[in-house]
Amino acid sequence: MSLLELKNVYKIYGELHALDDVSLTVEKGEWVSIMGPSGSGKSTMMNIIGCMDKPTKGEVLLDGVDIAKESKKNLTNIRRDKIGLIFQQFHLVNYLTALENVMLAQYYHSMPDEKEALEALERVGLADRAKHLPSQLSGGEQQRVCVARALINYPEIILADEPTGNLDEKNEEIVVELFHKLHDEGTTLIVVTHDPEVAEVAQRTLVLRDGKLSKEIVNDHFTGKIRFDDQNPF
Amino acid sequence: MFGRMIRGTLVRQWKKMLMIAFTIALGASLASAMLSVMLDVGDKVNQELKTYGANIKVIPKEASVLSDLYEVEDGNAGRYLKEDELGKIKTIFWAFNIVDYAPFVNAQSELDDGTEITVVGTWFNHHMDLPTGESLDAGVASMRSWWDLKEGSWLDEQTGESSDCAMIGAEAAEKQGLGAGDTIKVKGSSAEKELRIVGVYDAGGEEDSEIYCTLDTAQELSGLEGSIDSIEVSALTTPDDELSERAAKDPSSLTVAQKEQWYCTAYASSICYQIQEVITDSVASPVRQVADSEGAILEKTQLLMVLITILSLIGAALGICNLVTASVMERSQEIGLMKAIGAHNGSVSLLVLTEIFITAIIGGVAGFFAGFGFAQIIGHSVFGSAINMRPMVIPIVAVLVVIVTLIGCIPAIRMLLRLRPTEVLHGR
Repeated sequence: MSLLELKNVYKIYGELHALDDVSLTVEKGEWVSIMGPSGSGKSTMMNIIGCMDKPTKGEVLLDGVDIAKESKKNLTNIRRDKIGLIFQQFHLVNYLTALENVMLAQYYHSMPDEKEALEALERVGLADRAKHLPSQLSGGEQQRVCVARALINYPEIILADEPTGNLDEKNEEIVVELFHKLHDEGTTLIVVTHDPEVAEVAQRTLVLRDGKLSKEIVNDHFTGKIRFDDQNPF
Repeated sequence: MFGRMIRGTLVRQWKKMLMIAFTIALGASLASAMLSVMLDVGDKVNQELKTYGANIKVIPKEASVLSDLYEVEDGNAGRYLKEDELGKIKTIFWAFNIVDYAPFVNAQSELDDGTEITVVGTWFNHHMDLPTGESLDAGVASMRSWWDLKEGSWLDEQTGESSDCAMIGAEAAEKQGLGAGDTIKVKGSSAEKELRIVGVYDAGGEEDSEIYCTLDTAQELSGLEGSIDSIEVSALTTPDDELSERAAKDPSSLTVAQKEQWYCTAYASSICYQIQEVITDSVASPVRQVADSEGAILEKTQLLMVLITILSLIGAALGICNLVTASVMERSQEIGLMKAIGAHNGSVSLLVLTEIFITAIIGGVAGFFAGFGFAQIIGHSVFGSAINMRPMVIPIVAVLVVIVTLIGCIPAIRMLLRLRPTEVLHGR
């Protein structure tokens, strides 16, 4: 059974078909990137897969459960237990330290555990910045805190929305490297991005256009490493 | 973690929280000031209204019948009230509303030169220890506060020599050429006494040609030991309505429920009825104008204070509403994030409410003390005395602060419940 399966999913806002008959599957441990221009439906798909929104029509099976039929409360529980979210804007709570921001996800999941949160920060190379406030961290560091927060509860899927959109090349590389480590550990990754260089490091790239899945590219040369060169297929 | 988040918000948003605390403090201060004054205003207004004299007069039943038949004010047909029953007035159902009273006995006397003069025996500042544990200084010193002292001072009953002292009206003093410190020989129907004049008063009425002395002195002069002619009572009353007017005419015309309601309301007529129950063979009747105005003034004063309290609390609720809503809007991304990582509406609402209630407690406590200060300013500037702090103000203000804070938070909580993570995290 696939970890995630979308069957003929529609999301309609009035006349606008943000998602138009989208079907796809993501296997456990897979690294998939979703690409597309602005307004193509990437964020809508992200919100639906992330249990923050429901499709107008169609089935979205996450670990065998059709989330389109679940209540708001159950969606919150599924999101809490199965999904780790990474945002372009980081969305760290600015009055909590890096460590506390990671512990926040633990608090709403089960019980905060400072030692475990510190280990998560260590995994992203920020143990020494644990007591710093977000305002005292660089953009790359903030995104790494966001990654630590996303993985602290051992989610089934990590959903990253433009994770490198606000980062320079060096930090982009660090974050992609982190994704690579997570993938190696068996974590399923779905990364929404504009950036072809980030998209191509995934095993598979899905291209959305006008709400439809227009192209699927399997990256045979999958290395998990970012390539800043002209050979980029996008 | 919850504590860290609360602390973080309070510290980070200290300016906004200070504004919320200030708004709550303002509402709480006005509420506690108004409530303190309102609960104490009865005594204060009473003290003010005492200057207008008694509002109930008690006379023997037979004297009342004669007065009704022949419209004669003077004389009591040889019937008297019992002095030893005076204390019972402070045991009636509305005892707390009896703020002052004084007995009177008239001794028709003669001076050395043969001039006839009325010597009135009464209480001046008679001290009573009541069965309730309270004490009361009652008498004409407070009930005739409009008397203008021309010379000397009020007769002080609480000194040992008071039974040899008297006060004389300005007109009588002038006729007899007497002043404070002089002595006067008075011959009553049963005894003769030499009295020292301690004060000369100008009452602007027939009292100016009389002599006022202690009750026992006048009783000795007239041989009426243990008896009194009349009692004047100053009582706090509720304005009359249809029920009290019907009861005043004929209490037996009321149903049991109506009678109970009438009896348990501080109408002048029900207080009179209760006085009659404890003073044997007496008729108590209201001095209508004073009785009406006392109740009306108090009722209007209290209504005004209730309105000010309500308006100030509405103002505070609106202020809290704006500030908390602005705070939630400002924190919408943070709240959206919490929801996105698994927080349910209940836990996010609890977080926001806890922050606001901690702020409300700080504001409420500060407001309570500030309000008590305002109450003292009002007490001193309006009544010329301090306002007593009533313990019941504390729980009332606490409940009002909670209600106002909750009402003020409703729009913000509604907004928080409706907030969807997708709207603030991904921009849709």
